[in-house]
Amino acid sequence: MIEGILIGLTTALTLQNILMVMVGCFFGTIIGMLPGLGPMTAIALMIPITYGFEPATGLILMAGVYYGAVFGGSTSSILLNAPGVPGTVATSFDGYPMAQQGKAGKALAIAAWSSFAGGTLSAIYLLFLAPSLSKVSLSFRSPDYFALMILGLTAIAAFSSKGQFLKAMMMVVLGLMLASVGQDSLSDITRYTFNNMNLTDGISFVLVVMATFAMSEALTIILKRNDPTSAAKQVSLTELGSIKINKEERTKMYKTIPRSSVIGFLIGVLPGAGATIASFLAYGMERNVVSDEEKEKFGKGSVNGLSAPETANNAACSGSFVPMLTLGIPGSGTTAVMLGALLGFGVQPGPRLYMTNPEIFWSIIMSMYIGMVILLILNLPLIPYIARILAVPKNYLIPLILFFSVTGIYVMSFNNFDIYLMIGIAVVATFLRLYDFPMPPLILAFVLGGLMEENLRRSLLLSNGSWEFLWDRTLTACILATTILIVVWHIYKTFKKKN
Amino acid sequence: MNINTTKIISLLFFIFSVFYLYLAYQIQVFTFDENAPFNAKTFPIYLGYAGLFFSGLKLILPDPNTIKVKHKNLEYKKTVILILIAIIYGATILKVGYFLTTSLFLFASYYFLGERRWILMFLLSFPFVAAFMYLLHGILDIYLRDPFLQSIGVMR
Repeated sequence: MIEGILIGLTTALTLQNILMVMVGCFFGTIIGMLPGLGPMTAIALMIPITYGFEPATGLILMAGVYYGAVFGGSTSSILLNAPGVPGTVATSFDGYPMAQQGKAGKALAIAAWSSFAGGTLSAIYLLFLAPSLSKVSLSFRSPDYFALMILGLTAIAAFSSKGQFLKAMMMVVLGLMLASVGQDSLSDITRYTFNNMNLTDGISFVLVVMATFAMSEALTIILKRNDPTSAAKQVSLTELGSIKINKEERTKMYKTIPRSSVIGFLIGVLPGAGATIASFLAYGMERNVVSDEEKEKFGKGSVNGLSAPETANNAACSGSFVPMLTLGIPGSGTTAVMLGALLGFGVQPGPRLYMTNPEIFWSIIMSMYIGMVILLILNLPLIPYIARILAVPKNYLIPLILFFSVTGIYVMSFNNFDIYLMIGIAVVATFLRLYDFPMPPLILAFVLGGLMEENLRRSLLLSNGSWEFLWDRTLTACILATTILIVVWHIYKTFKKKN
Repeated sequence: MNINTTKIISLLFFIFSVFYLYLAYQIQVFTFDENAPFNAKTFPIYLGYAGLFFSGLKLILPDPNTIKVKHKNLEYKKTVILILIAIIYGATILKVGYFLTTSLFLFASYYFLGERRWILMFLLSFPFVAAFMYLLHGILDIYLRDPFLQSIGVMR
């Protein structure tokens, strides 16, 4: 293994390859900041360019683009509350409030360090556990996935404090209802489309997230402009751009990062689960393990709340390489594009790759890791400047956020209907936010909705309509027992506090 | 029962769930799928009932944390104007093209939000959109439909 790592490092650390990774990180960050253009699009855009290079160089360029795009997505989540990809939605829950408190630089630094640490730890897990974990990933069946989605939904507990539980649940149902629009995945029967062709493919994630987060945030800011209770605190540029993380915050991160990286990596290993579920689960789990005092800060700028999803989504990205490299099964859209690129280079991932061509296996892992290191070195000094976006006067920032949101939808679909739908959802979301209806549960449910229905369908069909599948398999029962324990614990703590 | 806006929203959600549930029962499934343990309307039916359940509970149970919004402090006029500008932007973007509509949208939005620094408003609309378009279309090769620029020969 040591020999393999050294070969990988020798390949990755040439001057040309380091330059490539720097270029990749730069473009990846820009692409990732644009809504609708996530890591998958970024890598796909690079494929034609990489074919002109040696396979290792091409892969290194793609690795830079990949991590750059993930970081770019987190940046727009934290600064503008505009998560362009599902994997960075949970980042905005605490990252955006932190940025609004004048700590944008700190929030970006916490995100960068957490991502880096999550990636580092998951690279270590990848080195030692990849071959054995590939078998675990195959042992997951539909009932287990369904149970995992239910477990993922427990993250809504973070938004259901102070009598908000029913409001959060209503938002969950609304999110699932929005996810049910369009063609049924198995029978192709259209649902809730009202004979409108534009709804046949369903409502896109970017549209819903831009409407409920970025656009409704912009509208709320204008609406509450003269409200004395919500007047924005004036912060200095130095404070806004400061990337200093104090000792107390570091201590919190030291505890959060290891546990979130484990969750992220394990979820990432499962085909189809990916960074989104990993980040939501890590966020929910983190809230369950921190002190009551810290728990109150969740959703209002908690360090743990920001560090957990950022660590988990990066760890999940590395984890998703396990089924791809060891079994040749792409576990996510991004790894599917990467698999295509690898095949284009003549590299055939699968069980034999690890044994017959270890140098390629290690080169890929090492190049991914070096991409992450370079990203950190490049982006940390830039954070104070990136954070200054928030110093742009609101008269300019608000129209720019709206422009940013509309462009994301326009580039994706080229139709007016989606823009109208986005404005409509944003207006409803703004109204709901005025009355404290939380939006994150809606997004969480929207993301999980399709997967949940698909796995419930398979489970029920396989068990002939019997709900016994919920406890038939040990793994399913264990996941559901964990969910029940979390819910019971949450209820117990709420009652205890009341008395 | 104390009537407040949260309760009215819950009532609207309850009505919406009734409508959603009605449509769920109207979904046409294949004949061979009609009695299957799970078909295209099963999940929507569950969701409809879940919506009725939670909004019903919110309606019936007392609301200890009533949210009171001071409407006189809210900027409805500017918000509505901005929404209208966004709708016009959405309506014209395909026919007129990305560059002109986006630039005008940004310029008009700055103006209605109270900005009067004309040079800065101009720089942050027309040249800014041109630079952004160059990044997307010119460098990253992401297609942007623009009949206006095509008609004057700036874009192919």
